Amino acid sequence: MDNQATYNYRVVRQFAVMTVVWGIVGMLVGVIIAAQLVWPELNLHEFLGYGRLRPLHTNAVIFAFGGCALFATSYYVVQRTCHTPLFAPGLAAFTFWGWQLVIVLAAVTLPLGMTTSKEYAELEWPIDILITFVWVAYAVVFFGTIVKRKVPHIYVANWFYGGFILTVALLHLVNSCEIPVTLTKSYSCYAGVQDAMVQWWYGHNAVGFFLTAGFLGMMYYFVPKQAGRPVYSYRLSVVHFWALIFTYMWAGPHHLHYTALPDWTQSVGMVFSLILLAPSWGGMINGIMTMSGAWHKLRDDPILKFLITSLSFYGMSTFEGPMMSIKTVNALSHYTDWTVGHVHSGALGWVAFISIGSIYYLMPRLFGKEQMHSVRLMTAHFWIATIGVVLYIASMWIAGVMQGLMWRATNPDGTLTYAFVEAVKSTYPFWAIRFVGGLMFLVGMLLMAWNVWKTVAGTKPYDAPVLAPAGQHA
Amino acid sequence: MEILYLLIPLSVVLVFLIGAVFWWSVRSGQFDDLEGPGYRVLMDDDRPLPRGDAAASASEAGAKESGGRDSALK
Repeated sequence: MDNQATYNYRVVRQFAVMTVVWGIVGMLVGVIIAAQLVWPELNLHEFLGYGRLRPLHTNAVIFAFGGCALFATSYYVVQRTCHTPLFAPGLAAFTFWGWQLVIVLAAVTLPLGMTTSKEYAELEWPIDILITFVWVAYAVVFFGTIVKRKVPHIYVANWFYGGFILTVALLHLVNSCEIPVTLTKSYSCYAGVQDAMVQWWYGHNAVGFFLTAGFLGMMYYFVPKQAGRPVYSYRLSVVHFWALIFTYMWAGPHHLHYTALPDWTQSVGMVFSLILLAPSWGGMINGIMTMSGAWHKLRDDPILKFLITSLSFYGMSTFEGPMMSIKTVNALSHYTDWTVGHVHSGALGWVAFISIGSIYYLMPRLFGKEQMHSVRLMTAHFWIATIGVVLYIASMWIAGVMQGLMWRATNPDGTLTYAFVEAVKSTYPFWAIRFVGGLMFLVGMLLMAWNVWKTVAGTKPYDAPVLAPAGQHA
Repeated sequence: MEILYLLIPLSVVLVFLIGAVFWWSVRSGQFDDLEGPGYRVLMDDDRPLPRGDAAASASEAGAKESGGRDSALK
């Protein structure tokens, strides 16, 4: 009876469960460093100081939580839409264990202070090499599955996932070029402003491809599936993909406004950032309009609530981003907490929400259940997390604009009106509100973990049979 | 800004590569039908089969899919 081929759900299950685990770990570290800003005495030990934990937080939420969500969903989507099990299941298993090893090594080395000091690429060279191997294996599994697909068309979500995988490989290879000195220390191949340019070429394209294109792949599969409706305009989704990848690569210099970077390069970065508003909003509208005719489903479906709210946050942060890249706006916002608010509007509101919605969609299917253990708990998670995000970004907006205005204020004689420390002091209440917002988001994740545990405990893993594609003429 | 001698050519090469992939995808008919693929994703019923039924043959599952279940989607 077991001759029926099944999809490889095993690796999807592993990544899906670890998404929840690393989400809690990464957000817990985030809450700790938010608390350290309010109560500096919480910097208990050099291993646990803000400077060491902050890169741990960013790496954990982006690459551990976000990364596992991307692996899980891309492996699921590519199998289901290509109607074939994963290519090279051994390599797929290697990507799981290899990626977990990368995360554990990050969790050990970053608190010990081993760092390249390049933001979002802090991991030292041996870990960088391991990442490269895992990523090549990921590409082989993913594109191998596409090659052996049983349907002629490659669904749009796979285009986004594929673009994300290839671009992240290129970014990692160029930016992580470094000369090892010892096992735990290396120096970048680039120096000074050259290094800064490469760093933000990497940094912003990581935002664009790791945190956007990959999650858009998730959006284009899970929003239509959960809504039970085809994507609003399939044509627009294809245009969205090509427009996004053709225009993305040069937004990075907006991170270096008013620095040693040549002025024209800064302006190029600003112009490309502004251009990005068009494909981003095209995609956002396409996703949200998928609900047209099915809006009533939002009322009692918390998964759809997560998915559609994530698109609203995607729209907000992709409007805010281009606006902040305008030099005159950036003169106010740069180096303030506004940037932190903007990042979290994207990271919590968009990336985390779409991931949480997708994982809630996947989890019962991976364990042969009809539905999550508790729909009410999912709804509670949604509201707690939403209020948390709003508290977080609203407090950071106010704090950021306040800091920017205080820093630039001058007296009639040209001296600064405020000492830096006065701006710090004025920010305390907002850091406290941010801490509360982050804590609420973490509580939501704990509810999710409990719900997932009650859903999967005692069940047997489930591997769905490979389905023959439906008729090619729809 | 010597680094731009690396990054700009890299972008140009990339744009041509993307262009080539785009050309291939158009030529091979990937975008001939810009309506059907959206619906076909919905026809792939990924709800778990009842336990014990998991070994049901693909044709049976396919029949079930094109029959009762996906009428709910219309």
